[in-house]
Amino acid sequence: MRRYTLRRLLQAVPVFLGTTLLIYLMVFALPGDPINALAGDKPVPESVVAALRARYHLDDPLLVQYGKYMIGLLHGDLGENYDGQRVADMLAGRWGVTLRLAVTAWAFELVFGIALGVWAGLRRGRLADTLVLGGTTLLIAVPVFVLGYGAQLLFGVRWPVFPSAGTDEGWPVGYLLPAMVLGSLGLSYVARLTRTGLAENLRADYVRTARAKGLSRARVVGRHTLRNSLIPVVTYLGVDLGALMGGAIVTEGIFNLPGIGQQVFQSIQLKEGPVVVGAVTLLVLIFLVVNLAVDLLYGLLDPRIRYE
Amino acid sequence: MEPADRLLEVTGLSVEFAVRGATVRAVNDLTYHLGEGETVAILGESGSGKSVAAQAVMGILDTPPARVTAGSVRLRGAELLGLPERRRREFRGDRIAMVFQDALTALNPVFTVGDQICEMFQVHRGMRRRAARAEAAALMERVRIPSAARRLSDHPHQFSGGMRQRIMIAMALALEPDVLIADEPTTALDVTVQAQIMRLLASLRDELRMGLVLITHDLGVVAGVADRIVVMYAGSVAEQAPARALYTRPAHPYTAGLLASVPRLDRPAGPLTPIKGAPPDPAALPPGCPFHPRCPRAEAVCAAERPPLVTVAPGHAAACHFAVEQHGAREVRDGQ
Amino acid sequence: MSAPDPGVAAVVAEAAGPVTGRAASLWGDAWQDLRRRRLFWACTAELTLVTVMAAFPRLFTSRGANEGCDPNLAKLGPSGAHWFGTDVAGCDYFAHVVHGARPTLLIGIAVTAFATLIAVVLGTLSGYYGGLLDTVVARLTDVFFGLPFVLGATVILVAFPGHGVGAMTLVLVLLGWTTMIRIMRGQVIAVRSADYVQAARLLGASDARIMRRHILPNAIAPVIVVATLSVGNVISGEATLDFLGVGLQYPQVSWGLQLNQAQSYVVDHPHLLLFPAVFLSATVLALLLLGDAVRDALDPKLR
Repeated sequence: MRRYTLRRLLQAVPVFLGTTLLIYLMVFALPGDPINALAGDKPVPESVVAALRARYHLDDPLLVQYGKYMIGLLHGDLGENYDGQRVADMLAGRWGVTLRLAVTAWAFELVFGIALGVWAGLRRGRLADTLVLGGTTLLIAVPVFVLGYGAQLLFGVRWPVFPSAGTDEGWPVGYLLPAMVLGSLGLSYVARLTRTGLAENLRADYVRTARAKGLSRARVVGRHTLRNSLIPVVTYLGVDLGALMGGAIVTEGIFNLPGIGQQVFQSIQLKEGPVVVGAVTLLVLIFLVVNLAVDLLYGLLDPRIRYE
Repeated sequence: MEPADRLLEVTGLSVEFAVRGATVRAVNDLTYHLGEGETVAILGESGSGKSVAAQAVMGILDTPPARVTAGSVRLRGAELLGLPERRRREFRGDRIAMVFQDALTALNPVFTVGDQICEMFQVHRGMRRRAARAEAAALMERVRIPSAARRLSDHPHQFSGGMRQRIMIAMALALEPDVLIADEPTTALDVTVQAQIMRLLASLRDELRMGLVLITHDLGVVAGVADRIVVMYAGSVAEQAPARALYTRPAHPYTAGLLASVPRLDRPAGPLTPIKGAPPDPAALPPGCPFHPRCPRAEAVCAAERPPLVTVAPGHAAACHFAVEQHGAREVRDGQ
Repeated sequence: MSAPDPGVAAVVAEAAGPVTGRAASLWGDAWQDLRRRRLFWACTAELTLVTVMAAFPRLFTSRGANEGCDPNLAKLGPSGAHWFGTDVAGCDYFAHVVHGARPTLLIGIAVTAFATLIAVVLGTLSGYYGGLLDTVVARLTDVFFGLPFVLGATVILVAFPGHGVGAMTLVLVLLGWTTMIRIMRGQVIAVRSADYVQAARLLGASDARIMRRHILPNAIAPVIVVATLSVGNVISGEATLDFLGVGLQYPQVSWGLQLNQAQSYVVDHPHLLLFPAVFLSATVLALLLLGDAVRDALDPKLR
C-alpha cells in the first residue's frame, strides 16, 4: 500500500508541472503580446502595460518566467486584475458558494445516480432499464447551459417550485435547482456505470458462489455484487468532484450564484483576462488535487490494484 | 439400497431455457441417486447439460431464462423442488454445498478469504466474527493450507490456483454438508495439483461421510474416485453404470468412443481414436438419437427413433438401440 | 482429453484465416445488425438533415446569416413570415439556425478527425514499439489529460481573442486527443502479442506492414466508436464555450453563439432558447445514440 501511494504521488508531480507549464505557455509565451491579448479589444494605458509586463516577469527568459509564476502560484498568487486588485482576493469570499454547490450536486448524483443504476441494473432489458438508459442519454446529450435555462424557466419562473436565481434562500433551498442541473451529467454517468456494472457482475461466477452459499438475495446483491460494481462508479465520482468545482462556471452564471464560477463568467463578459486565467488555473489545480486524492483512496477500495 | 436410505435422489429432472423466444431443453429426464460416502460422477462434454443439472439440484439457476419443467430432487427423503426460496436457501451451503471450476473467478476478489469463509458461519449459524474466524482457520488447516490462521486476511488473488481451490472446498465444507457437488473442480489446475485436489476431496468425503457428485468432462479424473458414473450427451443420459462396469463393458457407442480417445494403462498402447464431429447445438438437436450423426454404429432407425434407456445389467443402462448387443460384444472381446 | 473440443476447431480456423477477411466480416456483421435498427435510421436521418443544412444552407433559406435584419422586428415569436421568430437584432431566427449548422458541425468533425489521426498514429507507434517513445507519449497524455476540456479551452481561448473556426479547432484538438490515444495504445498492445501478428513477424513482414495490415484493422474498432461519441461531445463543448463567450464571436453564427446572445432574454422570449437548443441537443443526441449503436453492433457482448 505504501509503495502504491508513493508511486502515485511521484507520478502526479510531472502531471502538475506539465499542466501548469502548458497553461503558462499557451497564455503567456505564445507569439503576440499577451498583455494586449488578455485585454482583448480594451485600450490599456502604457503605464499599465509596463506594470503588467513586470508583474508577469515577461522580460525574463521563458523558464525563469515559468519558475517565478509557479512560485507565485504556490504562495497563493493568482495574478492581478488591470485595476491592481489581486485575483486571489476577488475569489476569497466566493469559496463557500462554489464548494456548497459542488458538494450538493455531488451528493445528488451519488444518491440518485446509484439508486437509478441499481433499479435499472436489477431489471436489465425491462421497462425500468429502458427508461433509465433513455433518460440518461437525453441528459448527456442536452448541453448543461440549455438544461440550466430550461430548468430555470420551467421550475423557477413558470412553476416557481425553486428560487429562480441567487442565494437569498441560503443552503439548501437556494442551491437545489442549480445543483440538480450541475449534477445531471454526472448523475447520468453514475446511473449508467452502476447499471452496467451491476448487470454484468450479477452474472459473475462469484455471485453464483454467493448464491450457492445460501445467502439471501439482499446480501448477494448488496454485499457481493454492489461493492464490485461500485469500483468504477467511485472512481468516476471522485474525478467528478473536481470537475464539478470547475463545471460551476456555467451553472453559477445562469443561476447567479456568487461563487468562483460566477466570477469567471462575469470576467469573461467584462474581458478581464487575468482574472479568468487566474481563477481557471486554480480550478484546474483543484481538479488535479482531487483526482490524486481519489487515486490514493482507490487503492483502499480495490485490493487488487495495490499489487499491480 | 432402499430409497429411504438414499442421501440424494434425483428423478426425471428436466430443465429448459427460454432463449430469444425459443425453448432449449438443456437437461432431459436425468435420474441418479447417491448414498453416504458415495461418489457419483456425471461425465459429459461442454454443453451436455451436466453443469445445468447440478445448478438445478442446488437451486441456483437463473429463472428466467431457465425453468425446471419436471422431476424431483430429494435430500434424505425431503423434496427440494417447489420449496419457497426462503426454505430452499436454508439447504444451500448448509446441507448441499458446491465447489466451482475456476476458484479465481468463483471467489469474490474484493473480500479476504477469511471473510468469505466466515460468512457461512455468520449467516447460517449466527456466529460472532471472532468465533467464525477461529472456525475458518481450523477449516483452512483441514484442507491443508499452510499457516492458515495468518492467511485468513489475504485476498484470493494472493493464492496459487491449487490453494484457491482448497479455499473453495473449505468454504463449501464449512457447515459439513450431506452432499457436495463439485463442478469440474480440477479443470483449471495443473495435472499434479489436480491429483492432490482429488485426493483431498476423496479423503474429506470419507471423513465426513458425505455424498459427492463429481461433474467432469475428464475420464481420467473420475477413475478411482467414482462409485457410479452417469454419462450425459446433449442433455440426456447416454449411459449409467457402476464405474468398473462402465470402463470394462460400455454399452453406448459414445461411452466406448470416450474410452477409446484416452490413453489407458490397462490396455496395450495403440492409436487413440477421437470421436469424429462436434457435439450438437442444444437448440437444434438432430432427430432420433442425438448421437447418431457421430456414431460409428448408426443405422436408419437411429435417425428416426429416439432410443429409450435400456437396462443391460443390474444398475447398468444405456440409451442406445443396440445397447444389449454392444454390451454383449464387449464381453466377448474382453474375454478373448 | 476425453473429447474433441468444438471451440478449438473454431479458434484454429479463425487464427488461420486472413486478417483482412476477419476485420471485413466484423464490420459486415455490424452493418447487418445496424440496418435492422430503427433508432440507427432515425439518427442517420437527423444527421443527414443537419449535414445538408451545413453544406447547402440556401436550400433551406434565401437569407444569408445576419442578412435582412430589421431592429424594429426584434424578438418576435414564431409566425408565418418568420417560422422560428426573430432574434435580438431582428434577424430571421430560422435563417440563423440553418446557418449555425455549418461551424458547429465543422468544428465537431474536424476536431474529432484530427484528434483521431493523432491518436491512431501515436497510439499505434507507441503501443507497437514501447520503450522510450511509449513512456514519453504516456507522460504527455497524462499532462493533457489533466486539463479538463471546458476549463482548459477557456483559459487558452481567453488568451487568443478574435479567433475563428480554425483556432477553435486547434485548441479543441489539443485538449481532445487523450482519451482516444489511451484506448488505441491499449488495443495495439493487446493485438501485438496475438498469434497472427507473431506469425506475420516470423514470416519476415516489415514493421510498417505488420502495423498497417495486421494491427490497425484489428485494433481500430473501439477508437471508431469513441470517435463517433466524441463528435457529439466536441459539439456540446464548443457550444458551451460559445455560450460562455470565449468561443466564436459575432458576426460568426453558431448555435452556441445564438444561445449566448439569447441569454438575457430567455425568460420573456423562450423561443430564442428553444430553437437552437433543440437543434443542438438533437444533433448531439443523434451522435451519441449512433456511437452506442455502432458499439453494440461491433461487440454484441456489451449488450
